[in-house]
Amino acid sequence: MSLITASNMSLSHGGKIVLRDVDLTIEQGEIVTIVGPNGSGKSTLLRGLIGALRPSTGLVTQKKDLKIGYVPQKLEINAALPLTVRRFLDLPNRVTQADAIAALQTAGVADHADAQMANLSGGQFQRVLLARALLIKPDVLILDEATQGLDQPGSAAFYRQIEAVRQDLNCAVIMVSHDLHVVMAASDRVLCLNGHICCQGAPDIVASAPEYRALFGSGTQGALALYRHEHTHDHHDHSH
Amino acid sequence: MLDDFLVRAALAGLGVALATAPLGCFVVWRRMAYFGDATAHAALLGVALALALDGPVIVGVLAVALLIALAVSTFSGRGLAEDTLLGVLAHSMLAIGLLSVSLLSGVRVDLMAYLVGDILAVSKQDLALIWGGGLAVVALIAWRWQALLTSTLSPDLAQASGINARREQLVLTIALAIVVAVAIKVVGALLISALLIIPAAAARPLAKTPEAMAVIAALIGSVAALGGLGVSFEMDTQTGPTIITIAAAAFFATNVVLRLFVRKT
Repeated sequence: MSLITASNMSLSHGGKIVLRDVDLTIEQGEIVTIVGPNGSGKSTLLRGLIGALRPSTGLVTQKKDLKIGYVPQKLEINAALPLTVRRFLDLPNRVTQADAIAALQTAGVADHADAQMANLSGGQFQRVLLARALLIKPDVLILDEATQGLDQPGSAAFYRQIEAVRQDLNCAVIMVSHDLHVVMAASDRVLCLNGHICCQGAPDIVASAPEYRALFGSGTQGALALYRHEHTHDHHDHSH
Repeated sequence: MLDDFLVRAALAGLGVALATAPLGCFVVWRRMAYFGDATAHAALLGVALALALDGPVIVGVLAVALLIALAVSTFSGRGLAEDTLLGVLAHSMLAIGLLSVSLLSGVRVDLMAYLVGDILAVSKQDLALIWGGGLAVVALIAWRWQALLTSTLSPDLAQASGINARREQLVLTIALAIVVAVAIKVVGALLISALLIIPAAAARPLAKTPEAMAVIAALIGSVAALGGLGVSFEMDTQTGPTIITIAAAAFFATNVVLRLFVRKT
């Protein structure tokens, strides 16, 4: 059966509907990428799928005992909370020392096991978040702009690791990203979001869909157009 | 041994210090200081109600503290200006509590004892309640420790692991109400949140992990309780404020003095 199913799901934030009428299923082993302008509801969709945000209408169901590895967009650690990297990997379930060391080696931060989380660089922090998410051997890995704070080689290595993890664990991967060209190439399925699902499908099909082009433009200008179209685009001619 | 009022006082101080340490850490980590204040101040209203109805004080305090803590917990995170709202609530609870105690005609109340505590008047029964409640709080927090820490770090991160962050918040809310009920006799309504926050904040620079911080906070709290008792006995001062003053000195020592003289690598 599907890992996560959302049917007719609408999500609100502060009394305002951010995302409406989402129908979505996540299957084992697929890489699904969510693209859309700022404020289009990408992070909100992820929060709905993990159960952190209850839908105002519609339903979200997860497979029984679904293991979710979640890498949030941002994690601010209160300066009053002492937390080493090693201790962080033990939340919420303790892991063996061997597993923890292996995970930190994969993440390239093996020397930092005893460092405070607050003292890590942006890139190290992201890689530790990913290491923690992978330790539980997730059925689905959810990444919210996980490459921010990484330079270009860093994020290329990051995506290679995601692909390797998918091969290894056969887990589904849902990710939000701004690196349009990279993610389009790496995904099985792309969801184009703007307050609702504008279009979805295989990357080449979505890339040529009029809804996608309305949001992102076409060709190599795509990434730039992402920001330009943010406030100007509207929806008149949609088929759902 | 328990017939000696100083022994009872020392045990009461230790019991409260142990219970407030782990809870106080969460109060600091989750920025719940005003929440603690509001709940502790509400205890005064509980005292007045218990006296008016001729019931046991601890039951009145526990009931009102729980009610206020639940109300605050329910309304928090709903887009209201939380800091202001809690500030308003904390101080109006104090005013309403004072007002209701003074309205109790015909009942002689030692108001000072409820405001700053009266540890020297702790009875054997009080001692049993303090240790019973204190151990219950420590057990509750120890049981939920991992889930509480995860949801303190990020409610979303917790939810992804199947932890209900709202339920964990409820655990802390209940623990806070119990601590208020058992600590009012020792340090009084005004100083309960000081006993929650100051030992935890004093422990922070000495700790590398959350567990270490809770243990060190318990040690600092115990030293403050016993030291405060001794000093107040020698110098004939109010015990509650003396305990808090010693805790504050520990905070100063670890956060200011230590940082000035010890270079961290």
